[in-house]
Amino acid sequence: MPNPLPLTHDVPDELKPEPLRPGIELTINGETFKHGGEPDMPLLWYLRDVLRLTGTKYGCGVGQCGACTVLIDGKAQRACLTPMSSLAGHHVTTIEGLGGEEALHAVQQAWIDEDVPQCGYCQAGQIMATVDLLQRKPKPDEADIAQLANLCRCGTYPRLRRAVHRAAELLTGGRK
Amino acid sequence: MSLDRRRFLTVILGAGGALVVGFRQAAAEIVPKVPLDLLGEPLTSLGAFVRIERNNRVVIGARGCEIGQGVITSLPMLVAEELDVDWAQVHVEQLPYGYEAGPDGPRNRYGDQGAGGSTSITDGWKDLRQAGAVARWLLVEAAARYWQLPRERLTTEAGHVVHPDGSRKPYAELVEQAATLTPPDEALEVKAPEAWRVIGKPTRTVDARAIVTGRAQYGIDVYLPGALTAVVLRCPHLDGTLESVADHDARTVKGVHDVFALEGPKPDEPFEANLAAGVVVLADNTWAALKARDRLKVEWKPGPWADESNAALEAKAEELLKGDGLVVRQDGDFAKARKAAARVVEATYHMPFLAHATMEPPHAAIHVQADRALFIGALQSPDGASRVIAALTGLPREKIEIRMTRAGGGFGRRLKNDYVAEAVKIAQKAGKPIKLMWSRDDDLRHDFYRPLGVHRLTATLDRKNAITGMAHLCAATPVNYRSQGLKDKPPYIGCHEPDDLPAGLVANLDKRFFAIPSGMPRGWWRAPLPAFNAFAVQSFLDELAIETKQDPLELRLKLLGEPRELDYHGHGGPKFDTGRLAEVLRRCAAAIDWKRRRTDGRGVGLACHFTFGGYTAHAFEVSVEGGALRIHRAVCVTDIGHVVNPNGVEQMMLGGTIDGLSTALNLQVVVKDGQVQTASYADYPIARLAEMPAEVEVLIVPSEKEPSGAGEMGLPSVAPALANAVYAATTVRVRRLPLLAELKRKL
Repeated sequence: MPNPLPLTHDVPDELKPEPLRPGIELTINGETFKHGGEPDMPLLWYLRDVLRLTGTKYGCGVGQCGACTVLIDGKAQRACLTPMSSLAGHHVTTIEGLGGEEALHAVQQAWIDEDVPQCGYCQAGQIMATVDLLQRKPKPDEADIAQLANLCRCGTYPRLRRAVHRAAELLTGGRK
Repeated sequence: MSLDRRRFLTVILGAGGALVVGFRQAAAEIVPKVPLDLLGEPLTSLGAFVRIERNNRVVIGARGCEIGQGVITSLPMLVAEELDVDWAQVHVEQLPYGYEAGPDGPRNRYGDQGAGGSTSITDGWKDLRQAGAVARWLLVEAAARYWQLPRERLTTEAGHVVHPDGSRKPYAELVEQAATLTPPDEALEVKAPEAWRVIGKPTRTVDARAIVTGRAQYGIDVYLPGALTAVVLRCPHLDGTLESVADHDARTVKGVHDVFALEGPKPDEPFEANLAAGVVVLADNTWAALKARDRLKVEWKPGPWADESNAALEAKAEELLKGDGLVVRQDGDFAKARKAAARVVEATYHMPFLAHATMEPPHAAIHVQADRALFIGALQSPDGASRVIAALTGLPREKIEIRMTRAGGGFGRRLKNDYVAEAVKIAQKAGKPIKLMWSRDDDLRHDFYRPLGVHRLTATLDRKNAITGMAHLCAATPVNYRSQGLKDKPPYIGCHEPDDLPAGLVANLDKRFFAIPSGMPRGWWRAPLPAFNAFAVQSFLDELAIETKQDPLELRLKLLGEPRELDYHGHGGPKFDTGRLAEVLRRCAAAIDWKRRRTDGRGVGLACHFTFGGYTAHAFEVSVEGGALRIHRAVCVTDIGHVVNPNGVEQMMLGGTIDGLSTALNLQVVVKDGQVQTASYADYPIARLAEMPAEVEVLIVPSEKEPSGAGEMGLPSVAPALANAVYAATTVRVRRLPLLAELKRKL
């Protein structure tokens, strides 16, 4: 039987229980994270600079372009305008958490099928905005699709439109 | 070392100084994996572009800068065709910049890697097909030796060499032997079009899956180990200087490391480095850097352009246009034609400054060390970037490693390497790797803008309304302003072109250029010269048709005349084929149902242009109701010779059309008091989905001609076709871009 550790022995730092830390706890792509940095840091920079989840893109920083669109509690939001302080207890989904390596989300699959991307930079935001739209409007008409207001500089809109219809069909089982 | 971005660790201190809990944690750095060096695999690489692995997977290197134009797909297709493999076997990898000190002096082992002037396909058509053919030759030779048969008796099919008896040997079993052989010196014969299995087949973007899952890597996504984030508060005055900076408040922001001044270029010196004087903030992360930048208190000293404004530049243009200008081309005697004319028609067109506004603003990740440098980011000219880094660091170019990421758009912006130079200067001062971030307002206010210009066109007509002469006077802020590379070019380069339409089609022609002095940096903007000219020329032809009660289509066809080749000395030459342009125009008219009379308030307009070797026509059907312009139909017909990837070409025509519409409708950069006023997407409202036609009907003319590219051909004829359609619907002629504001003013 091994000798018990002497009581006077210092417990190595790494074995000490972590002290309770202040911070903002939130769920990102199904996992819990605690942000202990600046509470006014926008979600965009937390995702990118802290977590290195770089699929969410910077385009303008002021909510005009939509390149940073993520889902917060299932709704499309601009990550650049969302301070971390507003996210305690909330659920964030980014493009990385939408599908998986093997199982793409129907919207992602539709984007590949219609070969939407050109430079591709805005497309993560476009996809997140479309996921939100199709949750609200499973069979979107032209007026619903016109609500998709994220900027694309390359001009992929006509194909993007087709991909939205295709994704809607995939999701409602209209097309295999 | 290749770092997996999803290699998650335990609890660590996040890069933003934030403790993060959770079992999964992001890697602390993202360095794109070291790019494939095919030459480093002597047993399985067949030249610089091809590696065949033991499972018969074929790796093809993509040498270009992928800016959304599709070269990561189309260029490897050229190699795959001549290698004779199934596209499904092919795995594409981005190649790095290939500068090396060769035995006969410096060279690029991958050939031309730049993205500009729609030349990727025309270049690759020559050397990349050869690269594929050479690899195939080696494999066949290896098989000939194995079977002890003359190579002429062997064929290839889908990654196999085929024996005369029909038995097949996969390339993978031959590659090690093939890699030891020496290819012949002379150029190899390439396949005839009938034998193509890859070229001409619609092919999807190879990395679409990476894009839609957020894994595709852009310049902004690079995080070098130990790098600080740099943002710059740049002087808003053209050629202004820093007077004083109070940085106390900025330095109190948590995470800020340093604040220092950065000198700008001297007026009258070429733009060979950063574009503007500024104050640099170095911080742990972007948010800290931006917050600190907002707290800087800076006083600037205006430069020599303090009075510059759009209005002043246009007034200057008017004054200049009264003079003689610089002769660009003169045929016959326009003055004489004018005297003899039964009728003279004149119109003046205004083009604003334009910004590139790439969705991914300029960024740079760089690590400068004493004996080497590493740059990773989005580029259009890696060669230019290499030169800039060498000039600023004094490092030999072979010690500068450059890796290209996907670029969030290019449109000509990244042909300039000012942001690379800025990053180098900051990294040198910081003594650490840095990540330079540009915000959207940085990008819009510090661009190399498309020139502002005023075009005055005059036509002389005889009694039968035939065009006897034409004068095209162009007053513009020249592109070659403070450009080292263009200093020996004529001042009209990129603004006016001797051989551009209607040159060669009008007996008495007088083309002149008038340089407007301006402090605005200028550069290349998608289809620079063709787009700059097409709006004026193609609008004017419509005006002539209407003035003389001719059909605008017929007038153009008559002007183009019999199919023939005319000399074209500018980019895209050496010849311009009038028959090919007439054909795209005819097909475009047919597709939009040109002859049908519209009675429902709708109007149809068309236009065409020759751009960099390609021929494109556009037609739009529009209506204007209650001040709102609606585009009901959009047709684009193009003839760009052989088409490598029809899917990619359709994307480029679609993109060119939407870009052209968005730009023509609403975009302009405004300068006032020597400062760019355009600072956000609110000021520069790129069209959103709802404003654009639901569909663009793209028709590609089958052609056996040598291929031109596709990136720029889909744009120039858009703005004039739109203005012509607006006239057809409203009888309001818009001669000033952006169109919508002018239309509202005139309605």
